[in-house]
Amino acid sequence: MSGQPIAFINARLVDPASGYDGPGALIAELGVIAEVTHEVGFADLSPDIRRVDCNGAMLAPGLIDLRVKTGEPGAEPKETLKSAARAAAAGGVTSIVVQPDTHPAVDDPSVVDFILRRARDIELVHVYPAGAATKGLAGQQMAEIGLMHEAGCVYVTDVDRPIVDSKVMRRLLAYAKGQNLLVAHRPADPWLCDGAAATESEFAGRMGLPAAPAAAEKIMLERDAALVELTGARLLVDQISTACALESLARAKARGLPMLATCSINHLTFNELDIGDYRTFWKLEPPLRSEDDRQALIDALVSGLVDIVVSAHAPAPAEDKRLPFEEAAPGSIGLETLLPALLGLWHDGRASLLRLIETVTLAPAKAIGLGAGRLAVGAPADLVLCDLAAPRVIDAEKLTSKSKNSAFDGRRLQGQVLMTIVDGRVVYEHGESA
Amino acid sequence: MTMIAPGPEEVRQRTFPFPARHFLSVGDLDREQVHDLLDLAEGFVALNRQKAKKLDLLKGRTLVNLFFEASTRTQSSFELAGKRLGADVVNMSPRASSISKGETLIDTAVTLNAMQPDILVVRHGASGAASLLSQKVTCSVINAGDGQHEHPSQALLDALAVRRAFGKVEGLTVAICGDVLHSRVARSNVGMLTMLGAQVRLVGPPTLMPFGVERWGVEVFHEMKAGIAGVDVVMMLRLQLERMQGALVPSTREYNRLFGLDREKLGLAARNVRVMHPGPMNRGVEIDSDVADDLAVSLIQNQVEMGVAARMAVLAAMAARLDND
Repeated sequence: MSGQPIAFINARLVDPASGYDGPGALIAELGVIAEVTHEVGFADLSPDIRRVDCNGAMLAPGLIDLRVKTGEPGAEPKETLKSAARAAAAGGVTSIVVQPDTHPAVDDPSVVDFILRRARDIELVHVYPAGAATKGLAGQQMAEIGLMHEAGCVYVTDVDRPIVDSKVMRRLLAYAKGQNLLVAHRPADPWLCDGAAATESEFAGRMGLPAAPAAAEKIMLERDAALVELTGARLLVDQISTACALESLARAKARGLPMLATCSINHLTFNELDIGDYRTFWKLEPPLRSEDDRQALIDALVSGLVDIVVSAHAPAPAEDKRLPFEEAAPGSIGLETLLPALLGLWHDGRASLLRLIETVTLAPAKAIGLGAGRLAVGAPADLVLCDLAAPRVIDAEKLTSKSKNSAFDGRRLQGQVLMTIVDGRVVYEHGESA
Repeated sequence: MTMIAPGPEEVRQRTFPFPARHFLSVGDLDREQVHDLLDLAEGFVALNRQKAKKLDLLKGRTLVNLFFEASTRTQSSFELAGKRLGADVVNMSPRASSISKGETLIDTAVTLNAMQPDILVVRHGASGAASLLSQKVTCSVINAGDGQHEHPSQALLDALAVRRAFGKVEGLTVAICGDVLHSRVARSNVGMLTMLGAQVRLVGPPTLMPFGVERWGVEVFHEMKAGIAGVDVVMMLRLQLERMQGALVPSTREYNRLFGLDREKLGLAARNVRVMHPGPMNRGVEIDSDVADDLAVSLIQNQVEMGVAARMAVLAAMAARLDND
């Protein structure tokens, strides 16, 4: 099927790049978008072209998810690149950036190459590796980030391990700037966060959970902003989650520092009370925050202070989750639920569809320099077709991911991906087994 | 307070089904249910003081003590309570055996559950462990301490000791002093005592107070003398000595001087004040021996005695519920 051009007619085009949200049609041919019109169809369509009548469903650029963990290499029972790619396809995600905290870690160009070759063989969605910022993600010796960049890694990060040594962080930023490479860092003061399983609050206090204050995020973000100012490097603030850190981010951005920020769909959807009776699917890193923090995060997403939404897909098998809360592995899978969960903010009237789609398409594409993320002639034909209104009850057991630890288990959402297209090929079609 | 021990038939008649399948938190009970349990426990106090202590309310039932953390008094208290009610009691301390072989809490519990126990008494170092277990087994679970969360049978026995000493709990002022942050005893007692109508004060340095504690419906004091002024009950908490490492308090010497209970500080409390401690005590750290051993003010030995009676009440009620199922 890969060779056949496809015409999507009678669609609701949502394209943040041009700011267009309205009726239209589009032809994908030879892997790229060949034609776009704001008419509902094309006058004289060749019979060689497959016609897809969208019936008013949303046709948008495929999602680009900057933060996806798999278990490959090293922990394949959790998730392989292939199972993650299938989950992505089912969620309308056409590009994923896989995290380097694998075994071995992606701290060497040969591992970058391994992932790219594996991804090519899978032929589903685009897989881009993020490289480790430091060797073994140990926060001490810089990894070969220049060589990894050449090999195809799109940014560097130590994932959930904070780079504690400020001198290392400074040099990493300075060196990365020389390589024109983006650095991602999740702000968390390691000492305040040591041993914490929740955010410090009345709830955590009553539950007897070891907790770290929201200020732990702010403290590290302030340091990072100072180092960005010192070096001029671009920094991706990974998964900002607190109102107090958003204040710091706003100040840094107002001064023109080259900083971008992501937040996870989990922190936009849930608050700390969702932990309830020690439910470990809601144990996350960073931990779920207060409702005030969640509201501030939504506001920041709408205003543009926060640039990008990620799924923070983090598979964990049952044996790592069926433990007391403090001992359980953090994280939730999220590739398949990212889009419908995000649409919740539109259904609730909190954000425009254009803005929400921008945060998972154009904004991440710009951050890592991809040509995708827009509905423009010549752009890669990476597309998602989604019935915006379809009601669903998420059943974690039925999700594609190998691990079933979804914080959205049992959640009622609206939005069903009907079709996912990568480079003009249909990689997922709802109702058809892949 | 002497009371004629009720006969087996009388106890049987007084026994009522426990209000919940599991006893995980003080919040599983309401005020009336607590007083019913305390009334039931009173009977067991009298029974335990006579030579023939044994009843058959739990005859044929199996009680498993599953203690992932070391415990002397709670474990032996549940063991005696079970045995005096006629249950078969098995003590397990999986710290040494299966955990080192990589078996998880759930594996252990599911294995035990397959042996068809009726009641599982569990202590574990992680908050929420008892609740997690209760979701995975078919028997009744009693929380004998989960991390820093709750220790509800301790709160029940403390309420029993207080009620017997004062004839009531309502209207009393109780100061819970020391390491509230890490204390499951404190959390359960705040819930229990406020439910029963006592005024609760929490006393300790800010580093040993949970975040948001001022919204627990208690008064918070960071100064011991002010905190225990005029109180009816001083409940001291154990200070774990490893707390010195985390910069929570400077030294045991300073802690003892500022927050330890001695004669001088106790003199500020109400005239007929009673002193309690869940044990084991760090003498000379949070409490001076002089106070702890003074039977005129100390309820500490009494708490141990009440522990067996209170747990008998819980077990008897649990068994009554099982009989009704």
